[in-house]
Amino acid sequence: MTRKTALIQGNEACAHAAVYAGCTFFAGYPITPSSEIAEVLAKELPKVGGKFIQMEDEIAAMAAIIGASLCGHKVMDASSGPGMSLKQELIGYACIAEIPCVIVNVMRGGPSTGMPTGPSQSDVMQARWGTHGDHAAIAIAPASCQEIFAETVRAFNLAETYRMPVQILMDEIVAHMREKIVFPEPGELAIVTRQAPFVSPAEYKPFDTSFGDIPPLAAMGGNYRYHVTGLNKAPDGFPTTKAELVDAEERRQLRKVEAHAAAIEKNEEYLTEDAEVIVLSFGITSRSARFAVDSLRQEGVRAGLFRPITLWPFPEKRVAEVARKTRAIVVPEMNLGQLVYEVERVVKGSCRLAALGRVDGEPITPYQIIDKVKEVL
Amino acid sequence: MAFNYEKYIRPGKLPHIWCPGCGHGIVMKGLIRAIDKCALNKNRTAVISGIGCASRLPGYVDFNTVHTAHGRAAAFATGMKMADPGLTVLCVGGDGDGVAIGGNHFIHACRRNIDITYILMNNHIYGMTGGQFSPCTPTDGFASTTPYGNPDPVFDIAKLAIGAGATFVARTTAYHATQIDKLIIEGIQHKGFSVIEILDCCPTSYGRRNKYRSVVEMMKQHKELAVPVTAAAKMAPEDLAGKIITGVLHKEDKPEYCEQYSRLIEKVQEQAAAKG
Repeated sequence: MTRKTALIQGNEACAHAAVYAGCTFFAGYPITPSSEIAEVLAKELPKVGGKFIQMEDEIAAMAAIIGASLCGHKVMDASSGPGMSLKQELIGYACIAEIPCVIVNVMRGGPSTGMPTGPSQSDVMQARWGTHGDHAAIAIAPASCQEIFAETVRAFNLAETYRMPVQILMDEIVAHMREKIVFPEPGELAIVTRQAPFVSPAEYKPFDTSFGDIPPLAAMGGNYRYHVTGLNKAPDGFPTTKAELVDAEERRQLRKVEAHAAAIEKNEEYLTEDAEVIVLSFGITSRSARFAVDSLRQEGVRAGLFRPITLWPFPEKRVAEVARKTRAIVVPEMNLGQLVYEVERVVKGSCRLAALGRVDGEPITPYQIIDKVKEVL
Repeated sequence: MAFNYEKYIRPGKLPHIWCPGCGHGIVMKGLIRAIDKCALNKNRTAVISGIGCASRLPGYVDFNTVHTAHGRAAAFATGMKMADPGLTVLCVGGDGDGVAIGGNHFIHACRRNIDITYILMNNHIYGMTGGQFSPCTPTDGFASTTPYGNPDPVFDIAKLAIGAGATFVARTTAYHATQIDKLIIEGIQHKGFSVIEILDCCPTSYGRRNKYRSVVEMMKQHKELAVPVTAAAKMAPEDLAGKIITGVLHKEDKPEYCEQYSRLIEKVQEQAAAKG
């Protein structure tokens, strides 16, 4: 059997993967460099009976996907820098009301309009802390077109499993470069759909934790009637200011990710076993890093690559382990220091640590990484 | 026999948060009577709101209810209606929520002519936050943020809705309780985006700052200023200054958004089938 292949952009791979994952509703607002995702889904969703809507602004796009998700659809929105800033309000709503949704952020530099067509990785911390208040976060940063496909499907699965928003962080290079991808056959990749209620409509509570930390979600418009609010709420979905209920709900929402970190985290390690120096890098930068690691090995430097595919939750246990066995970690990223602080937090001084930032709209080259590694050693 | 509201009120959720004299309760009862009259299935009805006093209404009524973020009701509702076009979707909220922070969503929902009924309770003030002026506070009126009188001009919500493309636009007041039912029923039955503006009283945050001695006085004013649209048609513009024109102000038939999109899907799938 010949497999279906194509030479496509990262953004296109993302859009096709959404359809594969069962996405039937996309709302968006045009913004460079993410617009191809909306363009492909405007074309593809009606073919499978799905809906595409271009909303009046970025906030409305988030609102529409949350509404559609409440009605039982798998949903997605895609944006970049300034658009992501606007969406933070309702990403918070999706967190507190526990609405599954996938948001793609094709990162650009900033703040504000920044450099719309230049690559950047400067929303690492926004993906974690962009919306106000304590909340859990899942963010995935793929590094190739094939991986964008697989990780987009996984993003939907995680959103549906943990009943929360999941962000896909891409830089402009992985989003716009064209690579060959092999389309998975239907059924080849696992597809997860949110847990339906176990109880009758009369007994149903939208935040019922008697079955665990992730309450089943009924589709509105079916037989289950309930209330949703952005206020702190009791298990029945209605607002509460009762101290013990608010505290329990807030902690449970963080626990959804913390307790399942091992199942959510995904890393790639390349030659880390005996490495005296490890380059910790994600997205397109990790591909420069891999080239740097190979070059350094040829020169006799025992270099390795640690690539977090899931940035949030940060793979803290594994990074702490590898840090104990190496002399130094170098963190190249297209920002002026974001993920490096997370590395610093978990490494706790057990090895040397160096940051390599670049924000001029050009990618970090292997040679910059090689120089930095030599400087550190 | 008296109307039985209990069928539609969630047990244990009353008393509501509204102040004595607030008209939101009158609107809620009108909404319930209208839904009953339309014989809507509770499971197939959604009531969506933003933030503010009026936006607390969905918590009290036994439907699918979503208390969204400030100003975002129309955008959430658009997603829900498009996701499930058979669902009856109603938005409720206040003036600040609907046409200030939510103004962009409001006009674009009008433009799409998506089949949602938006009940906008206009009490001329931000009540929940303590009485700041809204786009509907009368010019020279007093609010906590207009201590010297309001320098801003006022939004005419009905004109805004008509200009933006809403295909059913009506207005009444909380005094005209039976007209509330009638207009909401007509709004629900109309295929397209329906706006029902209900002039409402906020004695706590608006009335006491603007020399109304009681809520009765505020309601009396609504009664006296109201001119039915049929009567207004025969009056000179200068005689209508300061009056509240009530009734169905605008009604037209235009393609509804979800139906248009369904046709698009059909067309795309037919083309795909033809290609084999």
